[in-house]
Amino acid sequence: MAALLEAVEVTLATVDDIVAARKAARGFAQAMGYGMADQTRLATAVSELARNAIQYAGGGWLLVADRSSPQLLILSAQVSDRGPGIGDVEQALRDGYTSGLGLGVGLPGCQRLMDVFDILTTGTTGTTIVMELHAQRGFGRGAVLAGAP
Amino acid sequence: MPILQLGRLLITTVLFDLSDEQAMQFQSRVVSAISERSADGMVIDISALDVVDSFMARVINDTARAARLVGAEVVVCGVQPYVAMTLVELGRDLFNVTTTFNLEQGLECLELRLRDRA
Repeated sequence: MAALLEAVEVTLATVDDIVAARKAARGFAQAMGYGMADQTRLATAVSELARNAIQYAGGGWLLVADRSSPQLLILSAQVSDRGPGIGDVEQALRDGYTSGLGLGVGLPGCQRLMDVFDILTTGTTGTTIVMELHAQRGFGRGAVLAGAP
Repeated sequence: MPILQLGRLLITTVLFDLSDEQAMQFQSRVVSAISERSADGMVIDISALDVVDSFMARVINDTARAARLVGAEVVVCGVQPYVAMTLVELGRDLFNVTTTFNLEQGLECLELRLRDRA
């Protein structure tokens, strides 16, 4: 099995870092062998979460890592901040919910784009959102889905 | 970003992934150009964009709406297939403008609309 790619970190301080974050995420997915559809999903979800971290939490960071197993390609993307935390996670994951400034697609939209979407949040340590994209080795995600019953 | 004129129509292309600030500048440049040149319509080619998130989608929607308010029609062309699929998964009605495959069809679409308007 090929060596895992070295993780990449991007600091999210100003809105201009959003472009760098989605570029880094796409480049990482491409290097791992994900197809265009997954690269685009990831870049879009990272862009949304990076903007949340900057607008609502005063900044944060993105960590993209290769956590593949011998059978499965697994890309993990974490967006973390030290902001005030999300008060009601269930509500934040409801479609159409927005805290005012947002566009109402944020978290539920990103959740639909990813295979894993976990929110770890507290009022004291901030929020980390862990996303994962999975793919069978040698196939794009589309091929895996097409083969499913 | 160059804005080309073809009769009473304008054409522009988003050449690269825009930051939020650049997207806002793009929006005001497009609406100002339409107003200054009293254009009837504009085609915006976004085939070079490989990511359109909810912010960029809103900027494009707002640009089209503002253009309509000053008196012009806007058509967007060249939405990449993966961008389209991602936008659909991301949320309903995020992208709410008339679209065509390419520039030529975009211009034809505008001509038809303007004929109806006349």
